[in-house]
Amino acid sequence: MTIVQFVLLGAALFSIGLYGVLTRRNAVLVLASVEVMLAAVNVNLVAFDVYLADASSAGQVMALFIIALAAAEVGIGIAIVLMIFRNRRSADVDELDTMRN
Amino acid sequence: MTVSFTDWITELANWVFLLIAIPTVAAAFFVVTAKNVVRAVLSLVVTLAGTAALFLMLGAEFVGWTVVLVYIGAVVILFLMGIMITQSPLRKSTDLSQPMSTRTPAILLSVILFGVIAWALIVSFGAEAIPLPDEATRTASIGEALFTNWVIPFEAVSFVLLAALIGGITLARRDPSEEVDA
Repeated sequence: MTIVQFVLLGAALFSIGLYGVLTRRNAVLVLASVEVMLAAVNVNLVAFDVYLADASSAGQVMALFIIALAAAEVGIGIAIVLMIFRNRRSADVDELDTMRN
Repeated sequence: MTVSFTDWITELANWVFLLIAIPTVAAAFFVVTAKNVVRAVLSLVVTLAGTAALFLMLGAEFVGWTVVLVYIGAVVILFLMGIMITQSPLRKSTDLSQPMSTRTPAILLSVILFGVIAWALIVSFGAEAIPLPDEATRTASIGEALFTNWVIPFEAVSFVLLAALIGGITLARRDPSEEVDA
């Protein structure tokens, strides 16, 4: 196995996630696309951890931190979406343009 | 150490890799393009399970199972609850994504980004082999690393989780004074 095949997969997942963040209108699906990007980062971290054969497993530990922070981020994100939905009756990110002009 | 293409294609592990990687990318593509919200979130499960399987291939057992437990077990459920609470249309719907005029630059941007990253990676790593360890990383050694080298970031993460817990409750809870009015 080569290192490139893993990091290329990470790059593909990251680009797909970026496309989702840019084009999704439903706020919950924007958050789901962010999760795809974070999964790409995790693939990179673990692949490089194994590649460098790090004695202190820094890459795997960082991947664990990202998993924990992603869980916190989704929790807060869904709570914010819920609050926006309660006030605006919509989860469409295009309609949140109060700060425009 | 570089790997020639014939060596690569005859190694069984690479076929397993392709068997995992292709569904992973396809499911990720479905997450960002699906016209049905619930299907988009459920194909996120396939993407995350694919990454967990890759972690197992790389010998990162603990990270792989944590992805299964935390992401597939908890985060996806949270997404489904978010969909239900925001009353997103559960059937096919066309207004989940931007119109084509907005999508075209986004497609261009992500394709260019992937091209640049892929070019940089191939130029710098070529066909260098990944030295797979003989056995999986022991969970105990990850625990030792967490509580020696990484103990301060670990405590910081636990504080962030506490803050997220309190923040989530405060944000999602109805204002009590509002309820009295209603």
